[in-house]
Amino acid sequence: MLSALTLILTCQLIGELVTRFFGLPLPGPVAGMALLFALLVIRGSVPETVGALGDALLKNLSLLFVPAGVGVMAHLGLLGQDLLPIAVALIGSTVATIAVTALLMSWLARNSLSPEATKADD
Amino acid sequence: MTDFTEVWVYLSASPLLFLTLTLAAFQAASWLYQRSGHKPFLNPVMTAVILLVAILTLTETPYPAYFEGAQFVHFLLGPATVALAIPLYRQFDRVKRSALALVTSILCGSLTAIGTAVGLGWSLGASRETLLALAPKSVTAPVAMGITEQLGGLPSLTAVLVILTGILGAVIGPLVLNLLRIRDWRARGLALGTASHGIGTARALQVNELAGAFSGLAMGLNALATAILLPVLWRVFF
Repeated sequence: MLSALTLILTCQLIGELVTRFFGLPLPGPVAGMALLFALLVIRGSVPETVGALGDALLKNLSLLFVPAGVGVMAHLGLLGQDLLPIAVALIGSTVATIAVTALLMSWLARNSLSPEATKADD
Repeated sequence: MTDFTEVWVYLSASPLLFLTLTLAAFQAASWLYQRSGHKPFLNPVMTAVILLVAILTLTETPYPAYFEGAQFVHFLLGPATVALAIPLYRQFDRVKRSALALVTSILCGSLTAIGTAVGLGWSLGASRETLLALAPKSVTAPVAMGITEQLGGLPSLTAVLVILTGILGAVIGPLVLNLLRIRDWRARGLALGTASHGIGTARALQVNELAGAFSGLAMGLNALATAILLPVLWRVFF
């Protein structure tokens, strides 16, 4: 477990260094994700401990957004006078983005649809 | 017997109290979500945040004091983002087979997110600062804040809109997808990741690993697309 944690943190650290050094428009952890992905491709499988740690982190991914969420509520005053345009833009744009992306993807990728990829209803 | 206030002052000076409260609030919120049969409007992130804000308000705790404890949870966002490589690797065969479709969909989704947010805000008379913060709202927070700053806006307002968009997408996303009868897990994940970054990805991962893999990929690619496209678009239109 310790080696898995070291590996993931090292990927993140290298990601931070690379994005800062080259001024890439990506957060360090996203570059770290690309790095870990490349390592897994080279190795050809997910080491058991890395898989276990990753699954544990991702199973609780929602929890990790709670501190930032609380911070947002503390700064709602920033919304100020533009409350109505902001509310309409956030709701309208979120619905539109989800609809466009999902409809386009399910239409464009309809030919590569495998049986287990369907039956979504949550 | 010691005064309760005295105990509170002692406890709130250490990170233990607010770390524990963050976990406990999330557990309670998850329990409620399970009991309701996964009602989207009882999204555990939203409920936990409301619970904690109520506690902080009642105890007059300033946010920095809360964050002393909560930072340990917050820190794990980075490693968890790195770990998104794992579901992506496990599902890579399916990603490869639909590579062109997914890149096209994310690009169009990215442009829709920027265009509709700025368009709706502008038509309702939002200020320039607000429009600059609205434009990258679907992108993961550090990138969105960087874009706004680069264009001369307020990164703190952007952070607020990014998190609100994330929660909003996780809450109404599944409803929109069901209404449109989207049954393809890949499309569902891609839409949630493009529209509402990590919070949407967390929601997708809870339901299905295939959706989670596509969602994490969409989050990363949308961040890249928006960081490149938005500054160009902004200078063309404003």
